[in-house]
Amino acid sequence: MVLGGRYPSRQRPVGWTARSLMDLTLSAQELQFRNTVRGWLQANVPPPWTRPLRDSEAKREYFAYLRDWQRTLFDGGWAGISWPKEHGGRGVSIIEQSIFQEELALAQAPDRLGVIGEGLVGPTIIAVGTEAQKQRFLKPLLMGEHIWCQGFSEPDAGSDLAALGTKAVLDGDHYVVNGQKIWTSFGHVANWCLLVVRTDSAAPKHKGLTCLLVDMKSPGVVVRPLRMMTGDEESNELFFTDVCVPESNLLGQVNQGWGVAMTALDKERANLGTGLYLRYKRHLDSLLERAKTMRRAGRPITEDPIVRQKLAQSYLDLEVFRLNSLRTLSGMSHSNAPSPEGSILKLYWSEMNQRNAQLALEVLGLPGQSWDFDDGRWGYNYLRSRGNTIEAGTSEIQRNIIAQRVLGLPRSY
Amino acid sequence: MEFDLSKPQKLLRETARATLSRHFPLSRVREWMAIGATNEDSLWSTIADQGWVGLHLDNSIGGLGLGLVELTVVAEEMGRACMPGPYLATTWAATLLAQIDSPKSTELLPSITAGEHKATVALMDQDGDWDLKNIAMQLTPSEPGWKLTGRKTLVLDADSAHTLLCVVRQSSKLAIVFVPRKATGVSCEKKRSLDATRSLYDVAFNEVTIAESDVLAVGEQAHSAIEQSIRVATLAACAEMLGAMQWIHETTIEYAQTRKQFDRSIGSYQAVQHQCADIHLMTESARAATYYAAWALTSNAPDACKAIAIAKAYCSEVGREVGHRGVQVHGGIGFTWEHDMHLFLKRIKVCEFLFGDATWQREQIARLILK
Ligand SMILES: Cc1cc2nc3c(=O)[nH]c(=O)nc-3n(C[C@H](O)[C@H](O)[C@H](O)COP(=O)(O)OP(=O)(O)OC[C@H]3O[C@@H](n4cnc5c(N)ncnc54)[C@H](O)[C@@H]3O)c2cc1C
Repeated sequence: MVLGGRYPSRQRPVGWTARSLMDLTLSAQELQFRNTVRGWLQANVPPPWTRPLRDSEAKREYFAYLRDWQRTLFDGGWAGISWPKEHGGRGVSIIEQSIFQEELALAQAPDRLGVIGEGLVGPTIIAVGTEAQKQRFLKPLLMGEHIWCQGFSEPDAGSDLAALGTKAVLDGDHYVVNGQKIWTSFGHVANWCLLVVRTDSAAPKHKGLTCLLVDMKSPGVVVRPLRMMTGDEESNELFFTDVCVPESNLLGQVNQGWGVAMTALDKERANLGTGLYLRYKRHLDSLLERAKTMRRAGRPITEDPIVRQKLAQSYLDLEVFRLNSLRTLSGMSHSNAPSPEGSILKLYWSEMNQRNAQLALEVLGLPGQSWDFDDGRWGYNYLRSRGNTIEAGTSEIQRNIIAQRVLGLPRSY
Repeated sequence: MEFDLSKPQKLLRETARATLSRHFPLSRVREWMAIGATNEDSLWSTIADQGWVGLHLDNSIGGLGLGLVELTVVAEEMGRACMPGPYLATTWAATLLAQIDSPKSTELLPSITAGEHKATVALMDQDGDWDLKNIAMQLTPSEPGWKLTGRKTLVLDADSAHTLLCVVRQSSKLAIVFVPRKATGVSCEKKRSLDATRSLYDVAFNEVTIAESDVLAVGEQAHSAIEQSIRVATLAACAEMLGAMQWIHETTIEYAQTRKQFDRSIGSYQAVQHQCADIHLMTESARAATYYAAWALTSNAPDACKAIAIAKAYCSEVGREVGHRGVQVHGGIGFTWEHDMHLFLKRIKVCEFLFGDATWQREQIARLILK
């Protein structure tokens, strides 16, 4: 699998036997791939973004910065690398994907903009979309021209997604959509939305749902920003009033939307994690750097054994997450089916990030949580982490999924 | 033994709760937050009119002559109301002054308890911690009197205080110095706190002139006065956290009963029930630890110091945990700005670190039990 060169035979790791089935060394081809990635990144990664994101002007510029980076990746052939070649991807193996993630982290590359597009919508279109939809949507998505949002949750349908009430009625060659969505991340910057609607109110709740690809500029779509506890307006409410969606934008079959949505959520849970590693690694690296500059009570804080314990704990937590992701992805690469195992990763990264964000505050102390310390990034990370165990399905729901779909325990609700 | 509030103490709690909810509903707290006016005078006079500023101090200096359990009761309600303003800062400063036998204390205390004069304590050096032995900022001799130069950090509500009680060294001895906030050479820089209802400042002292009579206490007297005042302030911080936990407790249990998903109240799912049960367990345990610490300190029990450290270590850990679970049970709505949950989580979050977080308090406990 991944990491490091081959062990010379005289230095084989403890416990190694000739019959070990697992191979964690890189093949010559994988080493070659790593060098290619590394070389390309060295030449193309932009300088890190350092300005605070307080006002909307700065946020707009940051958005443009991320979009430019997406475009650079696309032009270099590095967008959607796990996607099949015929859809604009690179068709690389799981191992190569994880090499790529690590190299991005090493090169301190920017965050990815199209997490919902590339990780969730694209793979779902590839799985169930029509040929015309693939032609139309996949390339602009990879180029960063189409930013996608995910219109699933509603005020009364969060964990119980299938209870959603936004309606779509077929009228000639288009659907007419009415209703409300909530918690739509990226809704304010997105130009497209993967929307789940109810098309049959008489059927049992899972059987009357349909997925639509909706142009956010359609008349009748209103986006209202939602302010989160961080102070950021990162999420939105979407209101749909008589919005027309051409029938050709139906994703999958009518009334089969639940299966499509589940495919999307499984992809999201699996894919979000790999992209997030990059972000969390950057957080940890900057925490380590920051800690090295700080003194408390007459000595560098990094000489305090408790601080050392905490930093090491944070580091190992992130490393276990990386290995966990690798192993899950490698498992998925064999089955190739959407898998509830993504729930394990989702549960791990969300709770890990909460632990580590808290731990950063403990290491930096009371001054470190101020909005005036490092532009408030540590306090922000802490607050933002509280949403991690709610978004993309709450921890309670992930545990239910693991218990029921992975372990085969009986349903309890 | 009666490990519960007495009748008059319960009455005080009812009065405090009613007064705070009448005058300072969360909608008003948010208005102050929005315009950064969390130290408004009208707010302060309402509180002082109740006699709550220095209620644990002697009648002779304007207090109500009550004990620390009563202080805890009021501070808990302040936490439950997420009250902005300098109650914690002033309680700390007034307690410190009351420990010092000096004409200045006698002069200042009645106007502090009357709500006319606000004071705060400037304790921690830049890059310092809560340990008094790490205070290094020096008074330097200057004929006549002294000069003060240096920087203090994490000073509560410095900007609205009339008086800063600055903890420094006179050569190797600890000293408490009276500094008017408007004195030449004093400047306050606000450090925007995670909790927008609580203001923290860095205070710079540049060649500030200190008269001999403004050095209020030196050496052993200064040391024990500061220690005692920190214990009381730590207790008040625990009580505030407890009050915030109490609000989260009430709000979350109610939400679990009313919010429906999958056609049932979310409180019918064991995963949610267990979160709620943990919130209850942690809140009530924090109450036991805090009330005991209050009783121990007020009655000079031999284990008072340990009881305070235990209460602070425990509240610091479970306070944020209760906040986290409160957010979790609320789902998306609990993560919004619009919902009040974050106000309490942030209040807890700052209190968690004030006067030493759990790690720091555990070290204090270890020092006591490993002697
Ligand atoms: C930062 C953030 C970003 C988001 N982004 C998006 C987005 O882009 N698009 C989108 O569609 N949605 C998004 N969401 C919405 C998210 O998916 C929902 O908030 C989530 O599914 C929970 O739904 P809810 O908020 O209605 O909470 P509820 O479902 O009401 O849950 C409340 C509590 O009850 C628990 N609970 C509910 N049912 C059960 C059960 N059966 N067993 C045990 N416990 C249960 C939950 O775990 C939770 O603790 C986002 C949310 C957040 C916080």
